[in-house]
Amino acid sequence: MTEKKNTQLKILFSVIALFVCAGILFCVNHYTRPTFMLRTVMQLGAIYGLVAVSMNLLNGFTGLFSLGQAGFMAIGAYAFAIFTIPAKSRPGVYYLYGVADWLSNLQLPIWAGLVLAGLVAAILAAIIGAPVLRLKSDYFAIATLGFAEIVRIIVGSSPMNRITNGSLGLKMIPKFPNFYFPFIVVGICILIISLLIRSSYGRAFKAIREDEIAAEAMGINLAKHKQLSFIISSFFAGVSGALMGMYLGAITSTTFNVTLTYNILLIVVIGGMGSITGSILSSFLVIAAREWWLRFLDMEMFIGSFKVPLLKSGFRMVVFSLILMIVVLFFRQGIMGTREFNWNFILNRLRKKKNAGGEGCE
Amino acid sequence: MSEKVLSVQDVTMQFGGVVAVNNLSLEVHKGEIVCLIGPNGAGKTTAFNVITGVYAPTNGAVEFEEKTIISNYPQGKMEKLYAGEHKGKYKKVLEPTPDKITKLGIARTFQNIRLFKSLTVLENVLIAKHMRMKANVFADTFLINWKEEKKMREDALELLRILDLYELKDEKSSSLPYGKQRHLEIARALATNPSLLLLDEPAAGLNPQETDELTDFIRKVRDQFHLTVFMIEHHMNLVMDISDRIYVIDFGKLIANGTPNEIQNNQRVIDAYLGVAEDE
Repeated sequence: MTEKKNTQLKILFSVIALFVCAGILFCVNHYTRPTFMLRTVMQLGAIYGLVAVSMNLLNGFTGLFSLGQAGFMAIGAYAFAIFTIPAKSRPGVYYLYGVADWLSNLQLPIWAGLVLAGLVAAILAAIIGAPVLRLKSDYFAIATLGFAEIVRIIVGSSPMNRITNGSLGLKMIPKFPNFYFPFIVVGICILIISLLIRSSYGRAFKAIREDEIAAEAMGINLAKHKQLSFIISSFFAGVSGALMGMYLGAITSTTFNVTLTYNILLIVVIGGMGSITGSILSSFLVIAAREWWLRFLDMEMFIGSFKVPLLKSGFRMVVFSLILMIVVLFFRQGIMGTREFNWNFILNRLRKKKNAGGEGCE
Repeated sequence: MSEKVLSVQDVTMQFGGVVAVNNLSLEVHKGEIVCLIGPNGAGKTTAFNVITGVYAPTNGAVEFEEKTIISNYPQGKMEKLYAGEHKGKYKKVLEPTPDKITKLGIARTFQNIRLFKSLTVLENVLIAKHMRMKANVFADTFLINWKEEKKMREDALELLRILDLYELKDEKSSSLPYGKQRHLEIARALATNPSLLLLDEPAAGLNPQETDELTDFIRKVRDQFHLTVFMIEHHMNLVMDISDRIYVIDFGKLIANGTPNEIQNNQRVIDAYLGVAEDE
């Protein structure tokens, strides 16, 4: 009885929440100037959100500490760019080295490019997964980090000139067709990941995170499940790389350097390892803080004739690192820990309040 | 007492120069509760780890339900180092990983409880059911196999109901009292539908009352699920009370086997392990 009522309530809430989100997006799109910071923050936040969730699938849910996310993003972004740059602008893009013959007339629609970007990343993950996943914890992190760097260097190297345009990078990548596009793609991808996590395979991933030996003793094939998680995570990292390419319009191999991986890791840690909603939330917060709210720290400021000390270009990142240190020292669980922000969570809170008999007014 | 469920044949497990299990042979028949006892460091848990595929034995074989599931012989560096017996008797190499052994129908628990701590009781049991799942990851993600998923849930809840853990199903498994954690670990092992259950010191750390409860619990489980139980245990009351037969090992070697009565009166066992009461 109450179970059924709860389900109805939850569906109602979800529909309302969906409408609210759509409403916010609509308002932002219609009532703000195209250069307004909020638009950037929301789009970039969504893209980082996807890659953070994909990293969380691996790091937070399967317990494999990977630092290769930027590598897979690079693969996704390059695969997307190579196949979707309009054929007529190719000569302009590859003006120095010329374009490979098989590429010159190729142009896929955007959606096909996105799927392809994911697939290429996933296939590469499958290939390197077999040897790399044998490694344990730190060694695995180092191997994936090395892999990401190798990808970046190969993509930018001269033998690849006629495909990836070498160190010059690619430009004229199709932009988002409209403001809503990244949100829809990211929404679908995150929905798929959360469905995966609540499935039986998702539970098996969590079992591996909790205790590998026990998981194996319970009949879970470690190699197979780790590989699966690695491939799926890389697929979505590839898709988010493609979105990043669309957002930026031009990419070079240095776009996807190690710092990018650390930024993603930062988002995952602040949001909470093992919480999807935490990752999304912290992705928007971190991007907003970095691109918008903390901008003033980079600018010299005068109060009257008094020059505020410390404020100068680069100080923003110092503050940012401090925040990270504080989070790691005092809020090790991040914003959400392994909890999820869902209706159960809220209903329980409300019920607790009711049971407390109006005492709790916090 | 007819059908052989488990048969360990001449198993030797050698780590470098240390022989942890030396030429161990034993048999467990269908429906029995068999105990493996011995002093600390005698190699009991190592023997378990060999049977469950955690270690590949240095020499010897393990048969389960009349089929050889594990077999190995000294190779490479071990060939020279090998200090055990029956060298050259076994020629086959069969080293399945623990998950394959579990799939065959051997489930185990651990000496130091290894539950999935931050997951709920129900999830712990559901994870054990995962390996029997037929759907692939796509079907499972997009809920195409919702019938299978529903059945899994019902089976898991049914199991919890039988084992009196139903009320705790939504509790985090690490928040359970110690005794209940032991029960849950057995429940989780049962969820894999085993025909042989290996328990590694199930009564370790339990108080006398909990130990009695556990004794009943193991009997109940054996009868209700038509299982064979093979366990390591130190609580002599429990061992003598519950077992049909007992194997005793010391320094990796089998020193005696027989019914509880025979074991209690075996001089070698008394010298090595049981000891003599001081007032005698």
